[in-house]
Amino acid sequence: MATHSNNQYFVPHGSIYPAVLSAGLLSLASGFIFSLGGDKGLDHLHTPGKWMMILGAVIIMTMVFKWMGTVIGESLTGKYQNWEDKSFRIGMIVFICSEIAFFAAFFGALFYMRVLSVPDLAAFDPAFTPYKDFVGTWPSLGPGGHTQGVGGLVVSGNYVPPTNFHAMQPWGLPAINTLLLLTSGATITWAHWGLIKNNRKQLIIGMALTVALGIAFLICQALEYHHAYTEMGLTLGSGAYGATFFMLTGFHGFHVTLGTIMLIVILLRCMKGHFTPEHHFGFEGVAWYWHFVDVVWLGLFIFVYWL
Amino acid sequence: MSTTTVAHHEEHHDHPTGIMRWLTTTNHKDIGTMYLTFSLIMFLVGGSMILGIRAELFKPGLQLMNPEFFNQLIGVHALIMIFAALMPAATGFANWMIPLQIGAPDMALPRLNNWGFWLLPPSAILLTLPFTLAMFGIGDGALATGWTFYPPLSVQGGIGVDFAIFAVHLLGISSVMGSINIIVTLFNMRAPGMTLMKMPMFAWGWLITAFLLVATIPVLAGAVTMLLTDRHFGTHFFDAAGGGDPIMFQHLFWFFGHPEVYILLLPVWGFIPQILEAFSRKPMYGYKAQVYSLWAIGALAVVVWAHHFFTAGMPVPALLYFMYSTMAISLPLAVLFFCWIKTMWNGSMSFETPMLFAVGWIILFGIGGLTGLVLADVAADAQYHNSYFVVAHFHYTLFAGGIMGIMAGVYYWLPKMTGHMYNEKLGKLHFWLTAISFNLTFIPQFFLGLAGMPRRIPDYALQFAEFNMISSIAAFVLGFSQLLFVYNIISCARGGQKATDQVWEGAQGLEWTLPSPPPYHSFTEQPVIK
Amino acid sequence: MVTQGMKNVGLGLLLSLAAIHANADYSWNFPEPVTPMALDTLHVHNKFMIITGIIFFVVLAIMIYSIIAHRKDKGFQAVPDKTPSTAVEIFWTLIPFAILLLIDFVIMGIPAYHSVVMMEDTRDKATMVVKITGSQWRWQYEYLDGDAQGIKFVSNLTTTDDEMHNKAEKKEHYLLDVDNHLVLPVGEKVRVLMTATDVLHNWWVPQFGSSRVAVPGFIRETWVQVEKPGTYRGQCKELCGKGHGYMPIVVDAIPMDEYKTWVAAKKEELAKAAAGSDKEWTKDDLVANGKSVYEKNCAVCHQVTGAGLPPAFPALTGSKIATSPIFGADGKYLPDSHLDRVLNGKGVMPAWKATLNDVEIASVITYERNALGNSVGDMVQPSQVKAARQ
Ligand code: HEA
Ligand code: HEA
Ligand code: CUA
Ligand SMILES: [Cu+2]
Repeated sequence: MATHSNNQYFVPHGSIYPAVLSAGLLSLASGFIFSLGGDKGLDHLHTPGKWMMILGAVIIMTMVFKWMGTVIGESLTGKYQNWEDKSFRIGMIVFICSEIAFFAAFFGALFYMRVLSVPDLAAFDPAFTPYKDFVGTWPSLGPGGHTQGVGGLVVSGNYVPPTNFHAMQPWGLPAINTLLLLTSGATITWAHWGLIKNNRKQLIIGMALTVALGIAFLICQALEYHHAYTEMGLTLGSGAYGATFFMLTGFHGFHVTLGTIMLIVILLRCMKGHFTPEHHFGFEGVAWYWHFVDVVWLGLFIFVYWL
Repeated sequence: MSTTTVAHHEEHHDHPTGIMRWLTTTNHKDIGTMYLTFSLIMFLVGGSMILGIRAELFKPGLQLMNPEFFNQLIGVHALIMIFAALMPAATGFANWMIPLQIGAPDMALPRLNNWGFWLLPPSAILLTLPFTLAMFGIGDGALATGWTFYPPLSVQGGIGVDFAIFAVHLLGISSVMGSINIIVTLFNMRAPGMTLMKMPMFAWGWLITAFLLVATIPVLAGAVTMLLTDRHFGTHFFDAAGGGDPIMFQHLFWFFGHPEVYILLLPVWGFIPQILEAFSRKPMYGYKAQVYSLWAIGALAVVVWAHHFFTAGMPVPALLYFMYSTMAISLPLAVLFFCWIKTMWNGSMSFETPMLFAVGWIILFGIGGLTGLVLADVAADAQYHNSYFVVAHFHYTLFAGGIMGIMAGVYYWLPKMTGHMYNEKLGKLHFWLTAISFNLTFIPQFFLGLAGMPRRIPDYALQFAEFNMISSIAAFVLGFSQLLFVYNIISCARGGQKATDQVWEGAQGLEWTLPSPPPYHSFTEQPVIK
Repeated sequence: MVTQGMKNVGLGLLLSLAAIHANADYSWNFPEPVTPMALDTLHVHNKFMIITGIIFFVVLAIMIYSIIAHRKDKGFQAVPDKTPSTAVEIFWTLIPFAILLLIDFVIMGIPAYHSVVMMEDTRDKATMVVKITGSQWRWQYEYLDGDAQGIKFVSNLTTTDDEMHNKAEKKEHYLLDVDNHLVLPVGEKVRVLMTATDVLHNWWVPQFGSSRVAVPGFIRETWVQVEKPGTYRGQCKELCGKGHGYMPIVVDAIPMDEYKTWVAAKKEELAKAAAGSDKEWTKDDLVANGKSVYEKNCAVCHQVTGAGLPPAFPALTGSKIATSPIFGADGKYLPDSHLDRVLNGKGVMPAWKATLNDVEIASVITYERNALGNSVGDMVQPSQVKAARQ
């Protein structure tokens, strides 16, 4: 076990934030359920679901910001030495691993459908298959509901695949988005060099650029979604392709949003001069996160858009 | 003053008391205590639910409840027992004992640690709220799909499913936070000189559990998220019409679900050897071999998931692969069993309650494991699958292997935690009642399964009557004997004969070098291991 | 002390064993196998039980010896293992490893391999094909080839509510009896196609040893070859909702010649039904016929009274769909009309066009509109249903 520059580990004050944060999550989750519509939902009871959600969201945000505020305060008052710093680094790495596992689930679903379920549906014994003219090629919208098989084989619901459907083409907006994210990866590294060289100008410009690129990415994705829904017949509901496309890119976009917010916070802290060349985990943690988001996008570009 | 910890400094003024102490605490012992208490309460709740089931199954015919409610009780029983009783108990021990065992001042990320616990009560509320809502005519009760959430049934189901989905999300966040904390603590907080290969076995068990959690819980979160969108937002992940596949959910679920069962037992496999060595008064046998076996199990755990749905239809090569890889798990476990028994061999054994539970545990978990080995056989599994044989198997592993293991740990560490000895007579009585009534509850279920009784049915054909009756009666004995356990813990926390620092003659490890109960700050100066 | 514990555990075993003998209906093992597959699984199972049993008792014996011999109160002094050199440790720990290796991959592994191959070979030498469709909460059988081709029927539980609620004496085959049995010829290898219309079900007859999940939208395969004439019973084995415990399976295995006569008889019925859909029916006949169809198929959810179980299962009494017009001006049935809903279903409501014939659908609709507290007065002719199918 390494010998520590300081042999006292910092154990913080008790804090109410975690407990209240959990309460906020409870309110958000149950509010969401209460406001669900449809024949399975509860909104026909005019439940206060929406308000519970808003309340929950407000609580969560306040708690997160207060919590992070405390952490920043502690870091500024030099409570964190190398020993604590190492904890944060290991913690951040493990956390990112769990995020990877989360995306793995959706990539898994994508591969499963492409390689297994869609081809299977097209490959039943021709003598008996209910999907006479269904070809198991990707992109696929599935054979559609109400298929009448031998003696009637009814697949759920009244789902009819959209007819005006087009798959998303990689070499338009998606390619631009790839460019944006890759550049942002470069700019944040450049900013990091600046930080290490104690060159504040380079640091702040680099960060500002990164934030800008992040926002640009989000705008492009918004346009892409709009296009998909209005012109391409590509929606959450359009079969295997639509589901995997929107869940993967959607969750990625969500992570980009979080990442951008964190980047902004870090940018402000840089301006306030919170970071020193030797002591700046806050910066690195977010940088790592950003690179992770970056890599996930590459996976998306290759497997969702391109191949 | 340079040696007093910053921590000391912080904590001494304003030390919140009462409820605020528990809401805000960052102290690993307080948090551990909260986890353990929560676990005990939920054990009782989940247990009483299944007592309802056993009462309904006491004789053929519908006596007490309608089938919907029956199905709801089963699923919630399982989710509560696994996520709210067994896992929090293990995490509670981790919080209490890991810092003590590796000579750390506290867990590495105390505030996160506190959050990890406070996510649990909300999830428990989410799980059980639908029952209450249903009483007021809102929705149709908790999820009625069993704990496995299989679509399309779960897509068809009512709001209970939505509540369960979000409960699982919160539980997942909690487990991941807990795992991060434990991994960091084990890598960064060990006392100088304590190399990884000098870590206590319990720490090893938990380290691997934490890795498994980080790798698999997010996949479950993803799976139930797809379920949510299939239910409400028109996706077709689990619907052939859109090119999806209900069986895909089973793959995702069990990719988490199978590692989960080792997640539940690895911590137990960690501290049982420590109990054995304490009461055999000789160091445990084959430390290295055990560590490697734990790793082997951890690795195999994530590549065998499909043995839970052999009958769902898979290509022959897949069936064979999953059968053989599943069987392979018995190899490292055989090594573990060997080491445990070799640890007892030539020891000078005494049988206080913890040792009784440990030894009983070996035997009963042995039964659970061996029946698991049988289930892995594809051909035979066509018969066992979803029959009571499986129910019996996993109660031998989950209740005997899990809960009874935890009980051994409770009796072993309770004196250290409370500073008092528990009532030995009551403890022994509790063991015998539990061991006997447990077997009487679940041995009949093996035969029920073989005779062809499917699980998850509220009513059964007449030829299954006798065994169900035995099982139900024994289940109630089993249930109520747990009240002894509760009583013993409470009275021990309240007071009783003072416990020495060493407590058990043969106990080994740093936790026994501290006074009982340990000071608020475990190690202000890290001990140095040479 | 622990040995005494063992006694108690043993006692438990005995007790339950005693209970088995109290009831001769079944042994302590799988029920008598009647197909090659079931026979094979039984052998695999027995072999495995013996092997694991041996492991268990050997290890147990060693433990118990140690527990008796190496006790403190016997004054036995601990003899620490001379901290094993890694080599020695590895050698020792490899022994149990090797034993299980042998069992898993040789003694058990090899026979297991053959069983799997046999189990999955559904087509080779199969002489007929039967399609089994699971739906909440009944099985539907259809003969896909041979002279039985076109025969299809639904088989519903016949146990009464009173039996279930202990208001009436439970009959011998409580919960294991259905109106229409699946009939199979003895000795023929039958290729079985499995599918479902709503959720997962699992068609399981213990004495056949074959069990397959029925997945909606997918076709799964298994096979049965019943060697011994008789009536065999099983149950759905995949949780499929509130009726999961109430969708049993009954199979009659009969000699080929009897089977042929049965097929002929069935064909007769079908012909009649077909004729029925062309002739004009009176409202009263339809209502009368509809009552039985309704109580067999619909009452599970919508209840005998038509009150339903809201919110999951809406009431029919006074329901909009069951009271609003069915046919538009052009004589075609309207979307979301009573007929549309019964034919094509929606959400939880199954589509019945595959399950019920024209007469049954016409009758049940007419019944629902003129009974159960409704009195719309109109009716649907089987011929109209027939037309609606095109
Ligand atoms: C902690 C929980 C736990 C543990 C440890 C295990 C351990 C194992 N389980 Fe179990 N299992 C479950 C919990 C667990 N299981 C649950 C909850 C289910 C049902 C889920 C559901 O459907 O709801 C299940 C279901 C289940 C199935 C699916 C059955 C079906 O639905 O058709 C299978 C199939 O292969 C299986 C196999 C195994 C195997 C091979 C092991 C192996 O790890 C076992 C290895 C151990 C050994 C081989 C023992 C070695 C012992 C000796 C060598 C000597 C012993 C003798 C003495 C001590 C005297 N399990
Ligand atoms: C750790 C996991 C765990 C534990 C500890 C248990 C504990 C028990 N389980 Fe559970 N069980 C599961 C996990 C577990 N189970 C799982 C995963 C399933 C599968 C669910 C599914 O199919 O989806 C299952 C399903 C299951 C079934 C099958 C239901 C069915 O398929 O139809 C049965 C039937 O007998 C059963 C019985 C029991 C019994 C008798 C106990 C006993 O050990 C319980 C002991 C009793 C108590 C602990 C009660 C104590 C309380 C009191 C005495 C009253 C006082 C109360 C208060 C103060 C609140 N369980
Ligand atoms: Cu059909 Cu269970
Ligand atoms: Cu498993």
